[in-house]
Amino acid sequence: MKDGPDHTVRAGVPGTMLTALLASLTHTPASPPAAKVVEVTSAKGIKAYLIQEPSVPFMSMSFHFRGGAAADPPALPGLAYMTGGLLDEGAGPYDSLAFRTELEDNAIRLTFDADRDGFTGELRTLTANRGHAVELLRLALTSPRFDEEPVARVRSQILTELRRRETDPDYLASRAWFETAFAGHPYAHPTRGRPESIAAITVEDMRAFVASRLARANLSVGVAGDITPEDLSALLDHAFGELPAEAVATDIPPAAPAVGLTKVVPLAIPQSVVIFGHGGIDRHDPDYYAAHVGNYILGGGGFSSRLTEEVREKRGLAYSVYSYLYDLDAAPLWLGGVATNNEQVAQSIEIVRAEVARMAKGEVDEGALGDAKTYLTGSFPLRLTSNDQVAKMLVGMLVHDLGADFLDRRNGYIEAVTLEDVRRAAARLFAGEMLVAVVGSPVGL
Amino acid sequence: MRDLRAAVGSLGVALTPGSSAAAQPAGVFNPETFTLDNGMQVVVVPNRRAPVVAHWVWYRVGTADSPLGKSGLPHFLEHLMFKGTEEIPPGAFSKIVARHGGNDNAMTSYDFTAYYQMIAKDRLELVMTMEADRMVNLRLADEQVYPERDVILEERRSRVDNEPGALLGEQLTATQYLHHPYRLPVIGWFHEIASYTREDALAFYERWYAPNNAILVVAGDVTAAELKPLAERTYGRIPARPLPERARVKEPPQHAARRIVLHHERVRQPTLIRSYLAPTFTSEGKEHAYALEVLAEILGGGQTSRLYRAIVVEQALAAGAGSFYRGVSLDSTTFRIYASPRPGTDMTQLEAAVDQELDRLLADGVTAAELERTKRRMVAEAIYARDSLQGAARVFGSALTVGMAVEEVESWPERIAAVTAEEVAMAAKAVLRLERSVTGVLLPAPAGTMG
Repeated sequence: MKDGPDHTVRAGVPGTMLTALLASLTHTPASPPAAKVVEVTSAKGIKAYLIQEPSVPFMSMSFHFRGGAAADPPALPGLAYMTGGLLDEGAGPYDSLAFRTELEDNAIRLTFDADRDGFTGELRTLTANRGHAVELLRLALTSPRFDEEPVARVRSQILTELRRRETDPDYLASRAWFETAFAGHPYAHPTRGRPESIAAITVEDMRAFVASRLARANLSVGVAGDITPEDLSALLDHAFGELPAEAVATDIPPAAPAVGLTKVVPLAIPQSVVIFGHGGIDRHDPDYYAAHVGNYILGGGGFSSRLTEEVREKRGLAYSVYSYLYDLDAAPLWLGGVATNNEQVAQSIEIVRAEVARMAKGEVDEGALGDAKTYLTGSFPLRLTSNDQVAKMLVGMLVHDLGADFLDRRNGYIEAVTLEDVRRAAARLFAGEMLVAVVGSPVGL
Repeated sequence: MRDLRAAVGSLGVALTPGSSAAAQPAGVFNPETFTLDNGMQVVVVPNRRAPVVAHWVWYRVGTADSPLGKSGLPHFLEHLMFKGTEEIPPGAFSKIVARHGGNDNAMTSYDFTAYYQMIAKDRLELVMTMEADRMVNLRLADEQVYPERDVILEERRSRVDNEPGALLGEQLTATQYLHHPYRLPVIGWFHEIASYTREDALAFYERWYAPNNAILVVAGDVTAAELKPLAERTYGRIPARPLPERARVKEPPQHAARRIVLHHERVRQPTLIRSYLAPTFTSEGKEHAYALEVLAEILGGGQTSRLYRAIVVEQALAAGAGSFYRGVSLDSTTFRIYASPRPGTDMTQLEAAVDQELDRLLADGVTAAELERTKRRMVAEAIYARDSLQGAARVFGSALTVGMAVEEVESWPERIAAVTAEEVAMAAKAVLRLERSVTGVLLPAPAGTMG
């Protein structure tokens, strides 16, 4: 029975019970013992982190070769990405159809990808088919065929996607930001290339990529699932052992993004997409975790973040507003975004600037710090509930040199962050100018 | 966040092919079930891998139950469920969950609205208490309701108005269904969103949100024995209420093939969609559902499928092609084929190539070899689903909200394995009928350009 328009209370959980429950729980859920990470080094020196999990009979493997799209030849952006698209399209004795049939018939997932700093891959296989899966991976890395039909097809597919992206505001905003931030630097290149470069890439280019960029020395591997350390060691050598010892150097010069301007890319769409950001903080800087906590409070915490509170909850200006730290090797960044209808873009950007400035001035209290820490520590186990997630976490630990015991230490780093640390990190991180890229028809910009 | 993905993927989970039976439990997810005295169904999927639980409440109400003139209202209510109760201040729900190290979100689809938290096991009672609280104690004030209506308008702009493909999809679905409310967009039509009032949302909430209209699904480090007392002292305290009949208008027979063409100045890459009305696991024609799942895989489920091999590889007409069918829907669903042309292929050519493959399949059926390898792959792939807490919860939640039984979910592998070539042929003949189809084409400008 309704009591009145604003007070619809029906029988149910007594309110006092909820209050009491909330009061009784200590904020930080008990940290579970981290699953044991085993370091495996194969006979040929290939290193992997493993968490063994026998409960479901399959294995996920994530692997990473240092040196990614930023190392594409300046005239051929998209080389790493396109090569990745072809390594699973025929290798050794299997032409494209035969190779894809082997993967599908055995429920094997094998994919390759490239980001700015790395050439990456994932292998997922049932235990029963693991031997065959590893052999297919070995062939893909050492004897890719680059037959005419799949090369033409993949080239066409990449060009099709680039064509679609020509009017995709999210892609255009990201591209505008990076091209403006890093003009003249390899990070300005689009990872998936441009139509003219994709059209120009030859099979020789891709073979040269494979021969020179995929080696044992720049390889990191993360594995989770139904496999023992001994079996993994043998697997690593089977899959990767024939690769050359060293890759050609692909060092990217350190860079700082250009800031202090707003770049508008006109597009006739109802809602503008904005990307904003500036330099971030090195992954191994002593203030990294303080910066991470500060960013959580500012814009990383979803509905617990200041940006969401001010832009979405209070004013209904946007569906999505967020910020994050982006650990590029040669240019760590802090980035964020917001999308709102054209009339409200200027106002939304002003609110973002105001919140960033507040954080830079150190307007943080113990309450916000405590809440951030309890989320970041309490939610950490949620990132380790599936083989795919765990494998990705493990390869990341190797790539960023975080140590095999990172899973045990990580919450301690967060817990140790003090208010003073956050204020200092925020002053370093958020006091400078931003670069803003807007795609749409923003009014007043 | 607060988003509206449609009911998800395969029901599938599998026996473990080729491994020692003794090492694995006999079933798939091996759920435990019970029902509270107030009628709330409960499904528990134990998974001891991490001390974490995925806690979901699924309401048997969705977009297709929108009041007339208020399309998308269930999705609006989904947003408003975070806006405060007697005990929890507006906006605090997610903050409290976050403070306890959890993630939360919600989703709306045609037949359900679902709310979840992923959190450490020892916070399960907390989230159950909070979820039970907002099941009946929601408080809505204008200051929360109307800004949130604006948020949804922005969400619509970002998902639909900014995306020509989504615009086509919305028009296509509205054309596929002549009458049934599956024709409505989950987010709602713009002008109807703009007309929502606080009273609309409250009335809908009071009509549909009750424990006997909800299913509790918990996957993770918990058993039914552990969960039952928690469920009884939270959800169990809420009395059952009379519910309205879940009656949607019926779709009349469809006699005419339809075609819609959307020219849009922001389209650079054309798309072709062919959509056929199809039965579900629970509707009239349900005897075809498993065969339709297999048919979708054979026809366009991956790079070795018929459509991909013929149209993308051999004829090099398309950049991509595939087919899609999901049988988890209350009243009806669609069987869809997608294709995107390469440069130099015009859409008439592309559509003719698609129709040629469909005609070939209708005439000759499927071979024993392709049937066997496809079924084997579907069953094997499904093992991966066991490794996901969210996946397990979504499988059961989406199935049970359309009235399927737990046993049917658990027996999916056997039912797929039992599909025969003849059944696939019959399902194709029953469904691939042009008079029950819409063909949608997305093209660049110029004619009839939208801006």
